Amino acid sequence: MTLFSFKHVQTIIDKEWAEVFKNKMVLFTIILMPLLFTALPLIMLSLTAGTAVPGGDSADVPELFYSVCGTMDSTSCMQIYLVNQFLILFMMMPLIIPITIAAYSIVGEKTTRSLEPLLATPISTEELLTGKALAAAIPAIGATWVCFFIFQILIPVTGATQQVRAYVLGPTWLLGVLIVGPLMAIAAVNFAIMVSSRVNDPRVAEQMAAVLIVPVLALLFGQLAGLLVINLQLMLVVIACLILIDILLIYFGARLFQRETILTRWK
Amino acid sequence: MILTENLTKTFTLRKNQPPINAVQELNLEIKEGEVFGFLGPNGAGKTTTVRMLAALIHPTGGRAFIGNLQTGQDDTRIRRTVGILTETPGMYERLSAQKNLSIYARLYDVKDVPGQVEKYLRMLGLWARRIDEVGSFSKGMRQKLAIARALLHEPRVLFLDEPTSGLDPEAAKLVRDFIEELKTEGRTIFVCTHNLDEADRLCDRIGIFKSRLITVDTPANLRQKLFGRRVVLHLRTLDPQWLPALREFDFVREMQTLDNRLVIQLSDPETQNPLLIRKLVEHGADIQFVGELRHSLEDIYLQTLQGEAK
Repeated sequence: MTLFSFKHVQTIIDKEWAEVFKNKMVLFTIILMPLLFTALPLIMLSLTAGTAVPGGDSADVPELFYSVCGTMDSTSCMQIYLVNQFLILFMMMPLIIPITIAAYSIVGEKTTRSLEPLLATPISTEELLTGKALAAAIPAIGATWVCFFIFQILIPVTGATQQVRAYVLGPTWLLGVLIVGPLMAIAAVNFAIMVSSRVNDPRVAEQMAAVLIVPVLALLFGQLAGLLVINLQLMLVVIACLILIDILLIYFGARLFQRETILTRWK
Repeated sequence: MILTENLTKTFTLRKNQPPINAVQELNLEIKEGEVFGFLGPNGAGKTTTVRMLAALIHPTGGRAFIGNLQTGQDDTRIRRTVGILTETPGMYERLSAQKNLSIYARLYDVKDVPGQVEKYLRMLGLWARRIDEVGSFSKGMRQKLAIARALLHEPRVLFLDEPTSGLDPEAAKLVRDFIEELKTEGRTIFVCTHNLDEADRLCDRIGIFKSRLITVDTPANLRQKLFGRRVVLHLRTLDPQWLPALREFDFVREMQTLDNRLVIQLSDPETQNPLLIRKLVEHGADIQFVGELRHSLEDIYLQTLQGEAK
């Protein structure tokens, strides 16, 4: 029985980052997308700030969303409705960013034939997978939080009302960015690593792992279509579901990582 | 140091296909400090054997021990004890040589990581290129780096899978010289190779293997077992009338003439040569020199595999 070694995990993270960040394209995707996702809601808020909405409360906001607005004026309500779409982008960021890194993590080692010497070391499967997962998830979560911080700093500049500013610092957004985001990242990296250890081509791994975006897009389109509202209750349900999904993915990820199969079946 | 008892590995690729017996009931005992050559054709199961012994994959039958550690039960400890040079170097090409070795030194829990990395980079002549990306290295340099990686944690047992495969003669010689150096350090070395000359020069014992162990012995004993010992006598002239006189000796079983040379198979040349020489001199033969006809390991290998096929 060997104890879990954080030193091994740290070494894997160090190795992954040293490799990944030498690839300028990967670095570019990690930086560009979060900045874009941060700029979009800020631009939208700037454009809609101070705009009177004809039709008052019953403007273009779906009926289901009224509960979120409460007694707010129509402009604030519309801004919150619009800005709420971007909450999904903030939740998607930690899901999209690590997919490339995680999907390549095992299959990449297979293609460069570096997996066998790595598995020949005393590292355990759990240490290896934890290292790989954290190496992909930490930059994604970090980038998301930094962008959210930038978003909070720049929001007053857009002319958004106090109610909007308070809303994006409220429990729904904080839970979305600080809890759902990392849970999404954990799900994404574990799923991507799981796929990565079962396929032989990095492109296949990336394409398959990208499937994870679909449920998040369903949330976005569900809200746009007025079928659901991303509010505190829904956020709690999403958190509960993600915790369950993460546990299952971590469990099956470790079970499906068969050292022997990976070494002997791969050509 | 290495012990296998009926070690077997069977692969079942698809349910409706018969299983493939990669390794069948391998029984082997390799002593500490011994250099053991494992020879066999492609697909013979050599890499599978090494993977089982290095605790990378599990046997489907039998047992294997490294020291007193059993594969399948003490895998992590075995991986700490052994070093392995895999068939392909598999280095991280975007990282420097130093970074590559540092990563592995940390994974092997080496105490003095910078010290060990420097030691082996210097020993293998790579210190000057330590900060260069491995992607810019030649095949020989990568192979040397992979050997350094296998040695970082000072393993007592070293598995070398095709250490000079695909290298040019100069790089191959460098690697071979380094293995000879390791041999003097008392490590147990298990070498899988196709290079028979290399095996002949490096190995104390050789096992010829094709899914199962066909034969195992020292190169000299294998030669004797298969071909006996042959002596060549170079004469100024060869008179065929001398041959019946030589055949009078009981120990002369097989004799061939080739120009002015006599090739005689003997069981104990050290004792029998003087008798033969005396007899020839009595008959007026001028003996220019006497030598032993040495069969190459390639002859032994091919003969063994052919015998196995029959």
